[in-house]
Amino acid sequence: MKELTMPAEDACIPAVIEFVNRELDSVGCSEKKKTQIDIAIDELYSNIAAYAYGDEEGCVTVAVETGEEPCIVTLSFRDEGKPFNPLETRDPDVTLPARQRKVGGLGIYMVKKSMDDVLYEYRDGKNILTIRKTL
Amino acid sequence: MLNIVKKQEGGTLTVALEGRLDTNTAPDFQSELEPMLGDIAALRLDCEKLDYISSAGLRVLLTFEQELEAQEKPMTLCHVNEIINDVFDVTGFLDILTIE
Repeated sequence: MKELTMPAEDACIPAVIEFVNRELDSVGCSEKKKTQIDIAIDELYSNIAAYAYGDEEGCVTVAVETGEEPCIVTLSFRDEGKPFNPLETRDPDVTLPARQRKVGGLGIYMVKKSMDDVLYEYRDGKNILTIRKTL
Repeated sequence: MLNIVKKQEGGTLTVALEGRLDTNTAPDFQSELEPMLGDIAALRLDCEKLDYISSAGLRVLLTFEQELEAQEKPMTLCHVNEIINDVFDVTGFLDILTIE
C-alpha cells in the first residue's frame, strides 16, 4: 500500500491523480478504467477540499492498494474534517430536461455508478471514504 | 490542464478542447466563454482531444446549455470519445445535450 498526504486543496488534485496513475500503470490498468478512477479522484478530493475543513486548512491522505488475482484497486481518502457522509446525499434526478436540472450531487453519483464499491466510515476522528474497482 | 482554442466563423463559435475538463479547469472554461455567449448565434464544442470530463465540467456545460436555450441558440458537441459519452449517459446528459 502506498500513501500520499497533501493539503485539502483543489490544486493538489493533479498530483494525486499522477500518484495513483503510477500504481495503475504498474498493474497494466486499461485507459478506460484509469480514466474512471481519475474522474472519481477529481470528484472525491474536490468534495473534501470544498467541505471538510470549512475555512481552516487541513490535509487529505490518499492510500492506494492493488491486489492480484483478481486485480482490484482500493483507494481510500482520509481527512480529519467535520464528519460528513457524502453517500447520504440524495441522487440527482438525471431525467429532468435541461432547464430544470440542478447542478448538485452529480459527482458522487458518477462515482457510485463507475466504481464497484463505495464505502464511508467515520473512525478515530477521521472521515474515511473507500472506493474499489476490479481492473 | 485544458487548452481552449476558439475559432469564430459567421455567428458560430467553435471551441476545440484539449485535455481535461475537471475541477481545476472548469472555472477557466466558464469564465473564458460565458461573456461571449450573448454575441454568438451558435456554439460548437469540438471534443476530439478532450480526455475526460468530471462533474465540474458537466456543471459548466449545463450552465451554457441553459443560457443558450433561453436565447434559442444551438449548442452542439462533436467528436465525443467513449469515456465522455459514458459520463453523459450515466448522468442523463445525453438527453439534454446535442451531440453530432
